[in-house]
Amino acid sequence: MSLLQVRRDRVTFRLAKPAISGRIRPRLIVVSLVLAVLAFALFCVGMTIGDVPLSVSDVLSAVFGGGDSGTGYIVQELRLPRALTGLLAGLAFGASGAVFQTITRNPLASPDMIGINAGAATAVVAGISFGFGGGLGTTTLGLLGGLLTALLVYALAWRRGTTGYRIILVGIGIFAVCTSLTDYLLSRAQITEAQASIGWLVGNLNNRGWEHVVPLACALAVLLPLVLALSRWMRTLQLGDDVAAGLGTPVQPVRLGLLLAGAGLVAFATASAGPVSFVALTAPQIAQRLARQASPPLTASALTGAVVVLGSDILARFLTASPLPVGIVTGALGAPLLLWLLARANRSGSGG
Amino acid sequence: MRTDPGGIALKRRPPHTGRALGLLAALGVLVFLCLLSVWLGSKEISFGAVWQVLWHDDGSADAVIIHSVRMPRTLLAVLVGAGLGLAGTLMQALTRNPLADPGLLGVSAGAAFAIVFSITVLGVGSLYGYIWFAFAGALAATAVVYFLGTRGRSGSSPVKLALAGAAVTALLGSFTSAMVLSDPVALNRYRFWSAGSLAGVDSGSLLQVLPFLLAGVVLAIASGPALNSLALGDDVAVALGRRLGPLRLRGALAITLLTGASVAVAGPIVFLGLIVPHAVRFVIGPDHRWLLPYTAVLAPCLLLAADILGRVMARPGEVRAGVIVAFLGAPFFIYLVRRRKLVES
Repeated sequence: MSLLQVRRDRVTFRLAKPAISGRIRPRLIVVSLVLAVLAFALFCVGMTIGDVPLSVSDVLSAVFGGGDSGTGYIVQELRLPRALTGLLAGLAFGASGAVFQTITRNPLASPDMIGINAGAATAVVAGISFGFGGGLGTTTLGLLGGLLTALLVYALAWRRGTTGYRIILVGIGIFAVCTSLTDYLLSRAQITEAQASIGWLVGNLNNRGWEHVVPLACALAVLLPLVLALSRWMRTLQLGDDVAAGLGTPVQPVRLGLLLAGAGLVAFATASAGPVSFVALTAPQIAQRLARQASPPLTASALTGAVVVLGSDILARFLTASPLPVGIVTGALGAPLLLWLLARANRSGSGG
Repeated sequence: MRTDPGGIALKRRPPHTGRALGLLAALGVLVFLCLLSVWLGSKEISFGAVWQVLWHDDGSADAVIIHSVRMPRTLLAVLVGAGLGLAGTLMQALTRNPLADPGLLGVSAGAAFAIVFSITVLGVGSLYGYIWFAFAGALAATAVVYFLGTRGRSGSSPVKLALAGAAVTALLGSFTSAMVLSDPVALNRYRFWSAGSLAGVDSGSLLQVLPFLLAGVVLAIASGPALNSLALGDDVAVALGRRLGPLRLRGALAITLLTGASVAVAGPIVFLGLIVPHAVRFVIGPDHRWLLPYTAVLAPCLLLAADILGRVMARPGEVRAGVIVAFLGAPFFIYLVRRRKLVES
């Protein structure tokens, strides 16, 4: 006997053979699809803008190796890496924000608030101030700084197990140390170095090449499926540690896995695009409100992150002649959207 | 075993006399640190001479240093420390969020934005100019956050308030970085202000912010009992006869007064408001009637200690107090977090 129930906001089904039951949220699926289409559109449109304006069809054929060699060079060597870095970094920031907000059960506990971005920033600014900056050096330093900080937070929060609450509090402490160290280094640095550091600190998609795309793509290919596989347990963690354990979730391994995967995502994305501010904080909250869910939905959050980063990059290049760093615009694009959703929300469920 | 609303076990808390004695001891430490702060500096003056000059201004060079440089600086550290600590406590209580700090409601971002705006667009160059801009910026940002966080049929909720604050911070932060990046002169001034420092403050700017800070301190400490009811949840607080709207509004006003004035003179020394209330809560428990006075005494202690250390470490130059606060405070804070068995709130 199979059973199908359709309610206003969800569809539940139970099949006798094969023995599967589940729940489908039509609104979440529609929102995710719309976001995916929007992200792809922004990805293509972003590649048409530049010193040599191209049409969307030119860009698409050049991506697949068609068209004349000049266009092919521009698209494949200059614009595709930039657009891919933006897309992948946005996905990574959005997904890791959703992971952190869910395991700590706190909408403000995005990786930029508990010190992971700050650790990456400290490593990079130290690199620039002590004079071993430069493209690949910066990337490696950011990666190492982010991952080390995440491990430090987890190790210090460990005391016969961790709780989301203790991770947040330890994260605050680590964030404080890293940020003040960065400030100290900035105030000691020469003005040119300070400017270079701040340019990196806000997040930047200018002059990205394949060397920025490849590591990030590899990291996403490994970490995103891992996070998706763990997301079933992630939802039970939302109910609190005791309830989650009672429902059969291996709380500590799942939390460690999610924390490391989330930190890995954000560290690789930061290493490629710089600590693009507020995407990890706002994207999951925007996705949650668009899809009217009780907690940040993973896929929709990742897609929102990509939309925000790609949209900001286009906006940044439209606004001024010399391209602004994308991190400056993400706040200006993501924040009003979140504010609008907050102001509009009139149901206690969606208002948070 | 009783548990308090914050969820931390209430076993073996010191009784009231113990807490009062503890507060007295903390006050003693504060006075000691104040004397130390007046005594130590880049010019070495013997303690006896300092003590004498402190009470009799004889017009000597030492007296000028003590009265016009070291005493304003020390008093400022006490006031700013108390202001930021209390603002942090209020924010954490009002938003029921351990991540809440004075930077969160958009207060610091508003002040920073206004300062950078005044430097780049209006060409203001002096500290006297900044203070009023910072204050106006902090006030405007808080008003916007409060308006957005309380709209909608469900009214104000802690999560909405915190998220609105974070979003406004993001927005203003974007604008600030854009202006700073396009103007090297502004960048140079901004990065010194934004690192947080108590140096170069005279009694004039101290007097400017004094009334606001005092008003904020009184408002904050008076709201202790109401915050205790609020910690039990909105519904319980209403059932206990608290009116939430006025309570939140009063809290937001106190936060703006305290943070706006502190941030304007000393730059965003944010960790103080974040870390000290937590540390105090771990030691004396979540009762706001004690939490607020303890924070008002211990936050200045930490700031003063950081300021003194910063001056002694790198004589004759100095390391900014904001940097040292994090270095001193964060490890101690992490130790406290690890020491207690935490029950999730």
